[in-house]
Amino acid sequence: MSARVAVQEADFDLAAEFARLEALGGGGVASFTGVVRGGEGLTALRLEAYPGMTGRALDAIAAQAITRWSLLGCTLIHRHGTLSVGERIVLVGTAARHRAAALEACAFLIDWAKTKAPLWKQEIFADGSSRWVEPRAEDDAAAAEWDASAEHGKP
Amino acid sequence: MVQLLYFAWVRERIGRDGEAVDVPAGVVDVAGLVDWLAARGGGYAEAFAEPARLRAAVDQTFAPLDAPIAGASEIALFPPVTGG
Repeated sequence: MSARVAVQEADFDLAAEFARLEALGGGGVASFTGVVRGGEGLTALRLEAYPGMTGRALDAIAAQAITRWSLLGCTLIHRHGTLSVGERIVLVGTAARHRAAALEACAFLIDWAKTKAPLWKQEIFADGSSRWVEPRAEDDAAAAEWDASAEHGKP
Repeated sequence: MVQLLYFAWVRERIGRDGEAVDVPAGVVDVAGLVDWLAARGGGYAEAFAEPARLRAAVDQTFAPLDAPIAGASEIALFPPVTGG
């Protein structure tokens, strides 16, 4: 198993990240990329991290995914700083022997990264105003589903 | 001395990203710390007006507001997380 976790300002190289996962010998690699979505005058997101703790929290989430789905490896890279519309925010990647584990673990990783790591988003608008993003109940519900399915003996 | 850290709108309302404080003897948990800070008024009162919207970490581990703070070296106060 091999986890690659990073909290960084810089963008990441998708080809290089996928190549690392593909080289782990499994039959399936899945990924999710989160991108800054425009609309309603939004020009950028500012992402605030907790130096030290954000990486540790993501490490713990990655370790849990590797154990639960017997992954060959996973990647969890989260950016911070000011990101314009269309820029990448987060990359989740998984490598497993078979596709089901890769796809499920990928969904788990992004659901938990959204709700169980210390990161905060602020929306920046064209008129210069800004607004802190409020947590969404559906995100918490999606994250909680993974606890519920674990209790019922699913992977 | 314990190092306090503030993030997101908690940081903005208080106007600083952290400070080292001597916590008085009667303050034993995170909620007590929040009440003690809020009593300073101004931005502190504003930041901590709704404890239900506050989250905390003690020594870089998420902790409920009733978590004890004895022996902690770093306590962070912040809104619910919104990464991803």
